[in-house]
Amino acid sequence: MAAKTLTIDGKQISADECATILEAAADAGITIPTLCHLEGVYDVGACRLCLVEVTGISKLLPACTTKVAEGMEIRTDTERLIRYRRMTLELLLAERNHVCAVCVANGHCELQTLAFNQGVDHVRYEYCFPKWEVDNSHALFGMDHNRCLLCTRCVRVCWHIEGAGTKNVSGRGAKARIISDLNQPWGTSDTCTKCGKCVMACPTGALFYKGSTNSEMERDRDKLEFIVTAREKKQWIA
Amino acid sequence: MVIDDLTEIADKERAARKRYTIRCCMAAGCMSSNSKGVKEALEDAVNQAGLQQMVEVRGVGCMKLCCQGPLVQIDSATAGATFALESNEVGPLYQKVTPEDANSLVSTLKGGQTPVQRGDPRHPFFSAQLSIVLANSGFIDPERIESYITAEGYQALHDVLRELTPKDLIERIIKSGLRGRGGAGYPTGLKWATVGKAASQQKYVICNADEGDPGAFMDRSVLESDPHSVLEGMAIAAYAVGANQGFIYVRAEYPLAIARLHAAIKQAKKYGLLGSGIFESPFNFNIDLRIGAGAFVCGEETALMASVEGKRGTPRPRPPFPAESGLYNSPTLINNVETFANVAPIVRKGAEWFAGIGTEKSKGTKVFALAGKITNTGLIEVPMGTALRKIVEEMGGGAPDGGKIKAVQTGGPSGGCIPAEELDTPVDYDSLTKLGSIMGSGGMIVMDETTKMVDVARFFMEFCMDESCGKCVPCRAGTAQMHQLLNKILAGNATTRDLQKLEELCYMVKNTSLCGLGQTAPNPVLSTLRFFRKEYTDLLMPDAFGPRPNAVNGTGHAAAGRNLAPTEGVPSSGK
Amino acid sequence: MIATLFNAKHDRLPKILEHASGDKRFKILEAHMKKHQFRQDALIEVLHKAQELFGYLEDDLLLFIACKLKLPASRVYGVATFYHFFTLKPNGRHTCVVCLGTACYVKGAAKILAAVEERTKVKAGETTPDNELSLLTARCIGACGIAPAVVYDGTVTPRQTPETALDHLKGWIGHGD
Ligand SMILES: Cc1cc2nc3c(=O)[nH]c(=O)nc-3n(C[C@H](O)[C@H](O)[C@H](O)COP(=O)(O)O)c2cc1C
Ligand code: SF4
Ligand code: FES
Ligand code: FES
Repeated sequence: MAAKTLTIDGKQISADECATILEAAADAGITIPTLCHLEGVYDVGACRLCLVEVTGISKLLPACTTKVAEGMEIRTDTERLIRYRRMTLELLLAERNHVCAVCVANGHCELQTLAFNQGVDHVRYEYCFPKWEVDNSHALFGMDHNRCLLCTRCVRVCWHIEGAGTKNVSGRGAKARIISDLNQPWGTSDTCTKCGKCVMACPTGALFYKGSTNSEMERDRDKLEFIVTAREKKQWIA
Repeated sequence: MVIDDLTEIADKERAARKRYTIRCCMAAGCMSSNSKGVKEALEDAVNQAGLQQMVEVRGVGCMKLCCQGPLVQIDSATAGATFALESNEVGPLYQKVTPEDANSLVSTLKGGQTPVQRGDPRHPFFSAQLSIVLANSGFIDPERIESYITAEGYQALHDVLRELTPKDLIERIIKSGLRGRGGAGYPTGLKWATVGKAASQQKYVICNADEGDPGAFMDRSVLESDPHSVLEGMAIAAYAVGANQGFIYVRAEYPLAIARLHAAIKQAKKYGLLGSGIFESPFNFNIDLRIGAGAFVCGEETALMASVEGKRGTPRPRPPFPAESGLYNSPTLINNVETFANVAPIVRKGAEWFAGIGTEKSKGTKVFALAGKITNTGLIEVPMGTALRKIVEEMGGGAPDGGKIKAVQTGGPSGGCIPAEELDTPVDYDSLTKLGSIMGSGGMIVMDETTKMVDVARFFMEFCMDESCGKCVPCRAGTAQMHQLLNKILAGNATTRDLQKLEELCYMVKNTSLCGLGQTAPNPVLSTLRFFRKEYTDLLMPDAFGPRPNAVNGTGHAAAGRNLAPTEGVPSSGK
Repeated sequence: MIATLFNAKHDRLPKILEHASGDKRFKILEAHMKKHQFRQDALIEVLHKAQELFGYLEDDLLLFIACKLKLPASRVYGVATFYHFFTLKPNGRHTCVVCLGTACYVKGAAKILAAVEERTKVKAGETTPDNELSLLTARCIGACGIAPAVVYDGTVTPRQTPETALDHLKGWIGHGD
């Protein structure tokens, strides 16, 4: 495969021609913040945290879905990008009820980590305080919609890796929410295989193992990678 | 079907033409004022008067001055003439006709009198129009293909299949300077060339008839008044790019347009103008309808394609562009209704003719749906570059009841408000963009002094918030926050800092959203802020402590909002 | 992946299928799906037909469609709730749709809606308790030339005012009080 040469934040790098900007940057040791991106499932470019500037293109491009091209000059750290990332995170924090102190994922939450790394120390927007329910009907897992970011990682692992299609999104706009089957209590789902991949995929405390309490919820994300490699490459690397 | 068959159909139609044609508008606007009853009453009246041999009562498409509907117009024909297209044949226009008026209207043919209100067909509303897309609208019977064929219909398709290679055809469209009428104004010929070049066995042509922009009804009128012109345009496009399957995506809110398209496709198939081996050439092309289900975002091309595939209509990042990988991952050409309706006239009359109309960068005409606080509401088609003032004051007759025009809104929720001082602006893609609005698909809403601009901004923001698909964060959460801030301003509870926050959010949502909906959602706010900022500041609470220091904890990001506007430039188009 | 759907723990699907066999509307719906060769991408067409036949899309109906098109139920539900045109709740005997498109809005549609809301004591999107009237709104029905427009039981009516609207609704509401 042909290689492309490009620069990211002034650093000359070469990348495979079918690599995304995100992959190329990671290879070069440059971290671009992401949220909806998850190794092993297709990207949707929805969270907009990974936006980068490319010289000559007026629009900001999502690193996770944009392929590299010869001679691309990419910037990931301009003042504008940093400001937009903060605003995106603030919007997310204000949208539902993210109260870290009482969250199962406290300390293991990607939203929390991102906010910390990006220097979001307060939220300037008014909290919406929506009233979302908690679905505790499943024998093994729970879902707290108050902590959902609608990143659709759970939907994608359920469809793409497990192939069950239990989870999907209903409604639209701010009223969108993750559902199981016909918007029924998760525990009554006829299709859920109880594989737990959605719980592994969730960036926040929205999906959790039953019985985990405050700050206990750690993810076993290596498992996901293990399954993806096994299914796609036929290599079982435990 | 060969060309002689077309001529034969046209000749037969012409021969059957009667001395008088009573045209009665059967488009949705007038139908809602019972034009169907009017048409039936007219038919009865003609029969009663024993005039069947002399008079044809014809249901036609939109006659343009929708606010005065139901409209009826009576033409007398010179024997053998094609249609009453030449203005000297066009007879008196009657407005607000009721079924009870039928007898007296028919009696005028025998020298009688009628009390029905007469319209003036020579009013600038009509005389300043230049019809290309709407040339047949109001004249032909949209439910009969023969009527379209008589108006030179399907000639262009024939000529293209016989005389032009796809390459020459695309060349001609490029030369004409036609740009997309769906909003963004991308050069149509270039789009066709990209799809044409894509290497694939399977390609698709899609007609975007979603027209979700509230306040716009041009595409609806074209589909209801002249559906075959769109089918013919699509077939020509399909030949150019090498597609054999087309889809028309129409919104479910347009039942009449759907019914007429169904009928039109059936008739075209019957005559072999769609299907396989069209005009005895190797070219095959079929068209299917897909009915939308009430989602504005499905006008966005990638969302539209997801919807055609039976999925949730959420957009996806581009690239890949539909021209490379679109419907079912095949190269797909997607154009607006009006764009397709321009194609056959360009082929028939030549690229030079078309390029001679309009301005340097915007060629041809544009159809606008003129509505809101204006005397004459309806459909107008004017050359690109016509001054807004001419449209609203001369053609539209200004604000009703002596009101004063304050602003003209174009581009719907993706556009902006142009203040009265800028009415001398010519309408073309670039001038409108420069004013922070966009051409959009052609909705033109006039607002008078009683309209509050902040309220208008909130109206559009509410629309975008409701219509956001919810996939990407800036649009989903950002429109909700902006709506909230606008509410706060309108309630008189906001401060200068809230206004700054709003402005900062506008640019952020504009620059970071995934699709055109989010990218343009802030435009109505930004444009009203630009021209009517005082209306916003008048609503703010006085800052009791003077301007507060912006920076909180010295982190700096709150301070960023202060010097934001100048660095971010003016809103541009991007629907 | 679909096989699991048939292990219906709750016996829901067999019951629906049994019920469906006795209802002519399900037969028509199935014939419609057959016309589309049970293609999964015909989902929206099928939902349109289902709503036309049944008036609204209840859960059992969605499950029936999911089963016949061999689609995950979550996908069918996701699509049905994405589009405003589909309704999962039954409408009242009569419907009144106030257009809130831009042209109607600047010509006072909000006042019409407010008047109707006040008179019927329900909010837009709701149905009166006696099931007589559903009050709905639309984002432009393309009748801007005759704004403000209101659709009463499917009939577009031009140039409405709060008074004409209330007049129109007179026969439909207020039997209760
Ligand atoms: C939110 C959104 C809504 C749109 N709605 C429409 C529409 O209703 N009709 C339309 O023709 N184009 C619409 N567009 C533009 C289309 O995406 C696309 O640009 C257009 O159909 C291309 O056709 P054209 O080149 O002929 O203009 C919309 C775009 C966006 C982002
Ligand atoms: S901009 Fe809005 S409509 Fe477009 S993808 Fe994002 S959320 Fe959906
Ligand atoms: S990681 Fe790229 S948009 Fe979310
Ligand atoms: S609908 Fe009859 S004139 Fe436009």
